[in-house]
Amino acid sequence: MAPGAVVFYLLASLCVVSAVMVITRRSPVHAALFLVLAFFCVAGIYILLSAEFLAAVQVLVYAGGIMVLFLFVIMLVPLETARTPPPVRHVAVSLLLALLLAASLVSYFWNAPQITPAEGVPLASGLGNIETVGMELYQRYILPFEVASVLLLVAMIGAVVLARKQT
Amino acid sequence: MIPTSHLLVFSLALFIIGMIGVLTRRNAIIILMGIELMLNSANINFIAFSSQLSDLAGQIFSVFTIVVAAGEVAVGLAIIIALYRNKDTINVDEINIMKG
Repeated sequence: MAPGAVVFYLLASLCVVSAVMVITRRSPVHAALFLVLAFFCVAGIYILLSAEFLAAVQVLVYAGGIMVLFLFVIMLVPLETARTPPPVRHVAVSLLLALLLAASLVSYFWNAPQITPAEGVPLASGLGNIETVGMELYQRYILPFEVASVLLLVAMIGAVVLARKQT
Repeated sequence: MIPTSHLLVFSLALFIIGMIGVLTRRNAIIILMGIELMLNSANINFIAFSSQLSDLAGQIFSVFTIVVAAGEVAVGLAIIIALYRNKDTINVDEINIMKG
């Protein structure tokens, strides 16, 4: 097996285990820390797939920004103690729905037609990846890029208005 | 070269875990974390197909997904803070004022 594949399987299994820990830990602080671990594993997989720019963005935005927001809110909102576990019927129905979705998607993957590579901008790796992503973002995708910045502005104003103390 | 089907199975596993978290947990913060996991699995799919087709468009779309995820988390956490201020709880089972 190629070394890249070995690293992928290691990272993927670590990521799945930490994702399971995220949704099973009682304490939200532990869940947030396992979420950081999962995000780092995903960033490593991005590097293996020659998406270095996205790996950097993943670490900066997810493991940096979003996790700080989560931890701030966990500190602002007191932890609830002595919670009752969810009823068994609820968990059973959720698991059934999830398994149904998984089964239908796996059967779709199984019968999916073979994809032929399309004409497109070839991938570069290393620093060249950042350059090509930047060129694409600022040339062909300039309008969506600007719309995304407006979306971020709207989200920021909305968050400030929602979390502000009512007078 | 990692087979694309293995990447798809991995992202499916991540999506299912996030979905189970969203469906079973009651803490609104953990529910947001589950949504983050699901968005990440969509990103992995984008990158996997971008790598298989050697087309950069998948990576560009992942950037936009990350932008949406960042905005969603900011607004979601602000809603959680407003909820806690008004209802003194973030347990989604106790928040049922829209139940009619």
